[in-house]
Formats: sequence, structure tokens, C-alpha cells
Amino acid sequence: MDTESQYSGYSYKSGHSRSSRKHRDRRDRHRSKSRDGSRGDKSVTIQAPGEPLLDNESTRGDERDDNWGETTTVVTGTSEHSISHDDLTRIAKDMEDSVPLDCSRHLGVAVGATLALLSFLTPLAFLLLPPLLWREELEPCGTACEGLFISVAFKLLILLLGSWALFFRRPKASLPRVFVLRALLMVLVFLLVVSYWLFYGVRILDARERSYQGVVQFAVSLVDALLFVHYLAVVLLELRQLQPQFTLKVVRSTDGASRFYNVGHLSIQRVAVWILEKYYHDFPVYNPALLNLPKSVLAKKVSGFKVYSLGEENSTNNSTGQSRAVIAAAARRRDNSHNEYYYEEAEHERRVRKRRARLVVAVEEAFTHIKRLQEEEQKNPREVMDPREAAQAIFASMARAMQKYLRTTKQQPYHTMESILQHLEFCITHDMTPKAFLERYLAAGPTIQYHKERWLAKQWTLVSEEPVTNGLKDGIVFLLKRQDFSLVVSTKKVPFFKLSEEFVDPKSHKFVMRLQSETSV
Amino acid sequence: PTPLPGQDVAPQRVEIHKLRQGENLILGFSIGGGIDQDPSQNPFSEDKTDKGIYVTRVSEGGPAEIAGLQIGDKIMQVNGWDMTMVTHDQARKRLTKRSEEVVRLLVTRQSLQKAVQQSMLS
Repeated sequence: MDTESQYSGYSYKSGHSRSSRKHRDRRDRHRSKSRDGSRGDKSVTIQAPGEPLLDNESTRGDERDDNWGETTTVVTGTSEHSISHDDLTRIAKDMEDSVPLDCSRHLGVAVGATLALLSFLTPLAFLLLPPLLWREELEPCGTACEGLFISVAFKLLILLLGSWALFFRRPKASLPRVFVLRALLMVLVFLLVVSYWLFYGVRILDARERSYQGVVQFAVSLVDALLFVHYLAVVLLELRQLQPQFTLKVVRSTDGASRFYNVGHLSIQRVAVWILEKYYHDFPVYNPALLNLPKSVLAKKVSGFKVYSLGEENSTNNSTGQSRAVIAAAARRRDNSHNEYYYEEAEHERRVRKRRARLVVAVEEAFTHIKRLQEEEQKNPREVMDPREAAQAIFASMARAMQKYLRTTKQQPYHTMESILQHLEFCITHDMTPKAFLERYLAAGPTIQYHKERWLAKQWTLVSEEPVTNGLKDGIVFLLKRQDFSLVVSTKKVPFFKLSEEFVDPKSHKFVMRLQSETSV
Repeated sequence: PTPLPGQDVAPQRVEIHKLRQGENLILGFSIGGGIDQDPSQNPFSEDKTDKGIYVTRVSEGGPAEIAGLQIGDKIMQVNGWDMTMVTHDQARKRLTKRSEEVVRLLVTRQSLQKAVQQSMLS
């Protein structure tokens, strides 16, 4: 079961080389996607293409595309079989799956592009065909008619600019199922153009309509209709989702980091893409090293409780009863692990603070060693350094303190020496203070801050009980899974606010002293 | 009844019959004091930290005057309710209950001479 993506807008024709590169790119993505993503019922995969600045392939291939695009589905029916141990069958199935999906995706884009081109050229065809075919019989075009030419030209230009603005965008993600609203718009455009052509063919071409002004007005009406469809596209695709209707709570399953967001009316898959965009710059980076309690705290959980059964026949009853007794006994036993946890935490915090103090001092001192060369000063050219050399010069004095600090806060996988040097060079170039330099290391930043190729995952799985093209409703819960963690998203409707008015006369604010009041009774 | 320490005269029982004036039942006197008020401004109290309720004014011919309430009296109880540790507003409420037509007050007062001295000095 595969579907295609669609529509729509107006796009340039793609070159053959571009599409083949895209083809290759997409096939690779598919292979990885089907291998990772297919598990369980109703789980579909979203792919987020990489950042435009770094990911050359996707920008060059897709820049002329709109945000329609690649929608594919993972074959869910066979998903339970795919967990088989036989790699060969799995790879073979992947090969089978990827090829038809690629073709369908390209087909979708091609259909959209031709539809767009057709609808753009149709008014021009309407205008050009009568003079070409029956020029002698045609009435000459008066002033009103020529004025309409100008109107057609400008409206077509506006249509072109509008669709460039709206549709020529690099797609943010490849959605698992068809984007329903876009498909509807494509169908609408298709019906519109076909009906206009039918009318034109029967009433104008066949009948050899003599009044050219009528033909021109007909063409103008088509351009108007296309502009209104464009307006509809703006409203459906862009504006409808802006007004907040739902509040989403997004919680990361491993460490409980959570955020709340407001969204408007969207389908579940589009909301998923939106949340992923927010995730990368709102959530602190996922650090697996920070998750577990230290082993020393958890080690003593073994219960030395033994349970003996005296003369019982029913064995199954026995085992559950036994385990329950063991658990209950373990719970009742006085357990001091919370104490150890508390002291361990306090000790760790003290250590972190000490290392942090050393780091701050080291960096401050290091920064005092260099200063910017002023224009007036004359210095020996051998002494003048560019930012990179300046960074290398002062890095040595702070390197040890930095390394110790990163190790204590378990951040060292995220910062290589090269990245620290680059950051230092960056800060020196822009006259930043030591505190600004350290901001990056003292607190765990959002994922997008770190070295992109390492930490930006493109592959997410959307797990949902409802079909993902359904709109959001109150109470929907779905998951966005990665291999190590998942984001649990729950929806709540924004309440309806009853606002009432109360008028306060500015002169009614009066006060008395509370000292000695006298009341008559 | 024996006089309280600090007071020269024994506590008096005063029974006031409220007078109906239009919609309200009035007693015909004014009170000052309360635990939310500043006790140092009270001209009638002997102990300037005393936060009790004092009668600050008695209107002429009113029910309070008829019943024998005097200016400077400290109201200890109203119909059994204690008035020595109440806020000003609570005191007012206890005196002006619409359901009660008669209020029985327990008051203490200093001797007349001391009261005059106090009010002349303040």
C-alpha cells in the first residue's frame, strides 16, 4: 500500500541529472528507513531531511520543489514478519519495497509539476489559439480588450510570484501518508482546468467564436479563478493552523524534560513535524550518561528473603504469591539507599562547583592575554595573529580545566578539542567576553547547538493509534520514537474563555488609614 | 462583683434596647479599638497596649445613654461574646446583629476622675 505525494504548485521543470541524484538519495533513505522504522502496527516513519547549509544534496535537488513532496508509507501489514532473524529476506524485501516507492514519489512530483505548468499556460493558449486558427474571421480587438491583455499579464505575474513564495520551498520532512489538503487542492486545480478546457473546446474552438473580446474575458476569468485557488491554498495550508486551538505537552521519555506548545488545527503527521522542529531548539540535548542513579546507590536492592510453601498444590498460585511476598518484604525492610543518594548528589554538586570555579578563573585569565590590535598601533608583523592563532595561543592555559569540567558534568562526548578551539576563535573574532564563551559549556544547550552531523537525527518514527492524517482532537496521544528515547505527546483542547467586563471608575479608588477608626453603632 | 485589677470600678452589666430607625437598629454610641488598630491612639485606655473595644462617643438621648453606657467604657462582652480580642470590624458586627433587639454588655470603666484626667492630658 503506497500512496503518492502531491501537489502542488507551480514549479520549474526538473533537469534529468537532478532527479537522478534525488533518486539515489531517496533510495538510500528508504533503505535505512524501512530497516529501522518498521515495527508494530500503525507505525509510520517520518523523515526529516538535513539542514540546508550542510546537506548539499537535498538543497540542490529540492530547491525548485515546493513543500509537497515525498510522502511514502512503510508497509505495515508485513511488519511483524520483518523482525525475523533472516537478514537476507529482510534486505530483499527492502529492495522490493524501495523501488516502487521511489517511482511513485517521482510520479507524484511529475504530475504536480505538469499540472502546474498546464494551468499556467492555459490562459496563454486561450488567448493565442483564435488568432492562430481563424484570424480572418476574428473581430479586431478594441481598447477594452487590449486593456484586458495588460490585466492578464500582470495577474499571471502575480500568480507566478505568489506560487513561488508559497510552494517553491525545500520540503521540511517526508510525511508517512499523503498530505490530504494538498491533494485536495491539486484535484481542485485539475477539475478547474479541465472544465475550462472543455468549455473552451466546445463553445469557442468548435464554434469558431468571432468576438475576440469574449475569449479574452474568458481567459481573464480563468486567471482570476486560479488566483482564488492560490488564495485558498494560502488559507488552508498556512493560515488555518496559526490560531492556537490545542495545547500539546511533549515529554521526553528518558529524562522527563518537557515543554508545552500551542498549535492550531493540523493533522497528526504535520503536528509531528512541527514538534520536531521545536524539539531541536527547545529541549536540552539528550545525554545518556546523566540518566542513571550511581551504581553504588542501587546495588543493595537484593532481598535476602526466602519464601517456603507448606503443602500447597497449585503451583502457579504459589509463584505469584511468592513474588508478591518477596516484594512486600523488600519494601518493608528499612532501606537506606535514599540517604546514599542524597549524599552522593551533594558531593557531586560540590565537585562540579569546584571545577566550574577553576574553569571560570582559567578562562578569565586566558582572555587577558590577548587583545585586539588597534589601527594606530604599529606592531611587528610577526607578532600579529589571526583569530585562529590567537585561539590556539590561549587555549593551552585553559585546556586542562576545561577537560576536567567537561568530564565531571559528563559532557565530554559533545565537545571535541577542535570544536572548542573553533568556538574560542569565534568568540575572539566577535569580541566576546569569557562569560559569553563559557555559556556554551556551563549549561546543556539544545540539540541544534552541537556538531550537526553527529547529533541531528533525521529518522523519527511516529507511533499513533489514530490514523495520522486525522486532525488533532482533545485527548490524542502519540509517540515520536528514536532508537534511544521517545517523545510522548499529549493533546488538550484550549478552553473556551468567557470574558466579562467590569467597569472601574478611576475616582473610586479611595483609601483610609488603619490607625484608629471609630464606628458608630 | 469585684473590680478587675487596673480598673477602679467593678464590671457593669448594661442592657441596651436597640432603636429602630428606618431599616437599621441603632444603639446610639460609637466604638473604637480592636486588635487590628493602633492602641497607642486610644485616649480612654489606661494601659496603652490595651487593644480592647472602647466607647468613644455616646449620642444624646440614644438607647445607650438611656441604658447607662458612658464614654470611655471598655466593652468586655456582648451577649456572652468576648470583645477583648476581636478586630474592629468583628466588634461592630457583634453589636449590630439584625436578629438581636437587645444587647447585654459587660463593661468596665475607670473612675470618673481618672477618665477626665486622661482625656485632658491626651
